[in-house]
Amino acid sequence: MTSAQLLVGTSPDIGMPYEWSVGIYGSVFFEEMRQHQRFVGIRCPQCGKVRVPPRRVCGPCFCEMNELVILPSSGRIVAFSIVNYPFLDPATGQERPVPYTYGYIQIDGADNIFSHIINETDANKIKVGMRVQAVFKDPQEMEDNVGFVQATGVAQATGVAQATQDIRYFEIIESEYTDALDTQPSGRQQTSEGAKDYEK
Amino acid sequence: MARRVAIIGAGQTHHRSRRLDVNGREMIYEAVTRALADCELTLADIDAIVIGNMDHFESINSVDTWSVEGSGGVMKPIMKVTTGGTTGTSVAIAAYYHVASGLFDRVLAIGWEKNSESDTTGAIVTCSDPIWDRYSYSGAIPSLATEASAYMEKYGATPEDAAYVAVRERTHAQNNPYAHMYGRPITLQDVMDSPVLAYPIRLLDICPRTDGAAAVIFAAEGVAEKISPQPAWVQAVSVRHTHTWFGDVDQRSGLESLQRASQEAYAAAGIQNPAEDFSVAELYLPYSYAGLKWIEALGFCGPGEGPRFVRDGHTNMGGKIPVNPSGGVMSTNCIGATALLRVAEAAIQVMGKGEKRQVPDVKTALATGFGGCWWSDVMILGKEKP
Repeated sequence: MTSAQLLVGTSPDIGMPYEWSVGIYGSVFFEEMRQHQRFVGIRCPQCGKVRVPPRRVCGPCFCEMNELVILPSSGRIVAFSIVNYPFLDPATGQERPVPYTYGYIQIDGADNIFSHIINETDANKIKVGMRVQAVFKDPQEMEDNVGFVQATGVAQATGVAQATQDIRYFEIIESEYTDALDTQPSGRQQTSEGAKDYEK
Repeated sequence: MARRVAIIGAGQTHHRSRRLDVNGREMIYEAVTRALADCELTLADIDAIVIGNMDHFESINSVDTWSVEGSGGVMKPIMKVTTGGTTGTSVAIAAYYHVASGLFDRVLAIGWEKNSESDTTGAIVTCSDPIWDRYSYSGAIPSLATEASAYMEKYGATPEDAAYVAVRERTHAQNNPYAHMYGRPITLQDVMDSPVLAYPIRLLDICPRTDGAAAVIFAAEGVAEKISPQPAWVQAVSVRHTHTWFGDVDQRSGLESLQRASQEAYAAAGIQNPAEDFSVAELYLPYSYAGLKWIEALGFCGPGEGPRFVRDGHTNMGGKIPVNPSGGVMSTNCIGATALLRVAEAAIQVMGKGEKRQVPDVKTALATGFGGCWWSDVMILGKEKP
């Protein structure tokens, strides 16, 4: 047979919506962002590392964490890529707009890295080690993206994959940079009272 | 005590960008029949089957049941194992476990993918956390590109260093008629002139999307020697998965999962100096910069020495440790089969069946798998029993 005679079947344009629980600490993260335009991480009682976004379990130590740590909205670029090719975004069913810059950012005071978008797509103007600052949406806009604890006590993420869009992007705040490889996390910052307040 | 296990046969399709002449299970059938023919067995000789591919890729998620007429799994023990990019090494290692356990004597491992049947990047994006990572995550290419950006910053590696890896892989592929990129050699200039997909990765720095399947047959000691004149004995396997969150992997340090997996496997197999002790390596290198950085994680050279090691030709055919005589992942990438092809090609080298891509006098071969959230598998094969 010629290739013109070989048929393919196609699917219709189908939507399959999902809902994902963000959990107690994830809910705290979004609430802090909405109310105070800052981040919150969580410290492991065994290894002492602060991870952001906060989550219940430290994977390497396999222990529960509950010491929330307030973090600033600034950090440093650890790695990045400028995405230049189109692809279908499973979160929207549409092509993701390009170019955009995918950034790995070490939030000040955190030991791990936070992935988000950096609003610089010129490879000559962005470099590993540069400092960046989160630019948030207006709190009222955020409410549209993420629903919080409801009367039933069930946290419901109504924004689906739009959740971290409560942060618009990170912007470069200084083009001078010190050697990022020698930079250590800046250590303990203000500590909140832990998660139990949110368990009601 | 685990039994000794060897690979006795391997088969693969002629890999192409789009196989319109077969559906998935028909393509699987081609690889399985070639593997059986390779060791002169029939399906009746196979005691159990392990099969895998990428979740979401063809929108067929119960692959173990859907594929039985192609895999040979009708009325046999069969299970699906899927772990993202490492799927191929996971099915190989699971098949090894089956035989080593003493419960099965001859086990078939299958990996396959029809990349042409979905949007590869869109499907890969679904492996990232939907709330935290998916908004900015854009599949394998930019994820790998971030690693490259950190490596370049740390050691001063250049796009041209990476291009040497791309050219090596494609040059080697010209000896492998099964490779997707067979018959399509490239030059350094071709790589440097190709469009930037995701800074710093250019089109020719990254693996293709391939339709293809691979099958490998494992057998127990006492059985393997009666079937194969030169079995490829499994000396050691190791699996290391690190994190859930992309941000928990520190791109400023070496690929930790591969460091840890290889160290464990080397200790078990008595490998002291990998660049000297291995005759050949079939490595899961999905992009060119991995060919610089990940050979450091494997201990072929020191941190930051990857570019020099590659430029000096140590990884070419005829070099100190030829890497990817098959052309590797950058020449063929049917993802669920990709890591199994590393195992198959390493076994082919040990069994001496590599034809034009054969490295002379292979004693010990290294195969690796890579995938998911920066995790790694290692399998060491050799002529001698462990």
